[in-house]
Amino acid sequence: MIIADAPRPPVALDQIAASVVRARRSFRTRAVATWALLIGLLVAGLWATGNIDTEFIGVWGPWVVGGAGLTVFVSAVSIVFATLLALAGAMGRLSRNPYVNGVASLYVSLVRGTPLIVQIYFIYLALPQVGIVLAAIPAGIIALSFNYGAYMTEIFRAGIQAVPRGQREAAESLGMTERMVMRRIVLPQAFRIVIPAIGNDFIAMLKDSSLVSILAVEELLFRAQLVGRQNFRSLETLLIAAAIYWVLTMVFSYFQERLERRMARGDR
Amino acid sequence: MTVTPSTAPHLGEVIVEARGIEKYFGTNHVLRGIDLDVRRREAVMIIGRSGSGKTTLIRCLNFLEEPTVGSVEIDGMRVDADPLHAGTREREELIRQIRLRAGMLFQEFNLFPHMSVLANCIEAPVRVRGIPEAEATSLAEKLLEKVGLIEKRDEFPARLSGGQKQRAAIARAMCMEPKVLMFDEPTSALDPELVGEVLTVMEELAHEGTTMIVVTHEMHFAREAADTVIYMDEGQIIEAGPPEQVLGEPADERTQHFLRRFLNSFPDRQGAIPER
Repeated sequence: MIIADAPRPPVALDQIAASVVRARRSFRTRAVATWALLIGLLVAGLWATGNIDTEFIGVWGPWVVGGAGLTVFVSAVSIVFATLLALAGAMGRLSRNPYVNGVASLYVSLVRGTPLIVQIYFIYLALPQVGIVLAAIPAGIIALSFNYGAYMTEIFRAGIQAVPRGQREAAESLGMTERMVMRRIVLPQAFRIVIPAIGNDFIAMLKDSSLVSILAVEELLFRAQLVGRQNFRSLETLLIAAAIYWVLTMVFSYFQERLERRMARGDR
Repeated sequence: MTVTPSTAPHLGEVIVEARGIEKYFGTNHVLRGIDLDVRRREAVMIIGRSGSGKTTLIRCLNFLEEPTVGSVEIDGMRVDADPLHAGTREREELIRQIRLRAGMLFQEFNLFPHMSVLANCIEAPVRVRGIPEAEATSLAEKLLEKVGLIEKRDEFPARLSGGQKQRAAIARAMCMEPKVLMFDEPTSALDPELVGEVLTVMEELAHEGTTMIVVTHEMHFAREAADTVIYMDEGQIIEAGPPEQVLGEPADERTQHFLRRFLNSFPDRQGAIPER
């Protein structure tokens, strides 16, 4: 059977491939140019109002930016504790023991059903009434950890359930105990599955950590609004704070993307 | 029908003894009174249509599925079906004792993707049986050599072909030195050109006197390697006996019908074992 013996058009395949690449590249270039243009317009517009005090920025800007250190510190410590809580929470949610299961699901329900800001106030302002007095930074870290731990519990649970059933069956068939199966076979694979989600939560945490400014923790937002209010220069300081949050999330997104790409290359 | 143990002289004592196995999935009656004896060094191949219950049977033998009724005894360790107490600690421990005696191979291989081939092999011997790592490693290397994968010992499963994965899984199961190897359609997930290498290894094991129970669609392999072939239909054992008999001159009409239809639809399945 003759399918197609007609003379082919003289366009070489590599030319088509090259023009596809060119089109894709020019799309990217134009998207980036759009960003640059819009940001440029925004800055120029603010500048044109004549209300931007560069001298003030020069004096107080670095101090506000310095708050980013505590922002990153609080977020990083909290994400570690949240991960541990989430691991325990997920085991509880998957437990066949009704009491353990009840404790875990109540934790998730309670924390997800109340606003983070209420939880922060509660730990800092309400607990002292029953004799538990915490300094601002630990209180903030505890609140963030508990809050994110609950959300991440569901992520971990899904991650554990996403490990193929055959993995568990193979391990059990080799005589491993339930504990061993979980620790050696299921969790290592579940971790790989949830790492992108943990990365997302870390980025969200960077921004939500601004809420602990209400406890006078001297992080980025607290410093920004403190000097902003005192000098009636909130426009400048909040712009600085917003820009720093933005840069931080972009930096972490970049690393997260790289990590994900590296993991995707690895298995299966 | 009760399967009387094969009486071939080279076989040893009965080592797997299943009695009165019934299995329901909800209201679906999947296994209907299975009795099965397997003797030391015997290779038993279970054939039958899909949905006949053969996979469920083999999974009931090591309690990956809890039988609804019945008992399984492997190498002196007897466990009775007790679906109401599934999951309690004492029961898990009993079942674990059965599993230590029975190695299981799966259609999807189920190698641990986060461990090298060697680590897959020594994980259970070291952690479960407490064998020193050096000793477990040397046994694993011997078995990897046997299945032709010694040069892949440090590779991760993702880098292996399907046939290599299944051979590695066989080595992994044998590293636990089980009394019986159970295979659940070990070549069904393989590309046709990779089936032969797995069957070759399995045939070698059978000829060496490894006790095995194999659920398979590879008729030619069953003919070559089985001591006993069992035909299952609708959750029952319809016919059992030496391959010449069950595959050559089946007595039951259902077996005849199955074989005729099967061989018509998959003529190539007859010759899956390559010349060596």
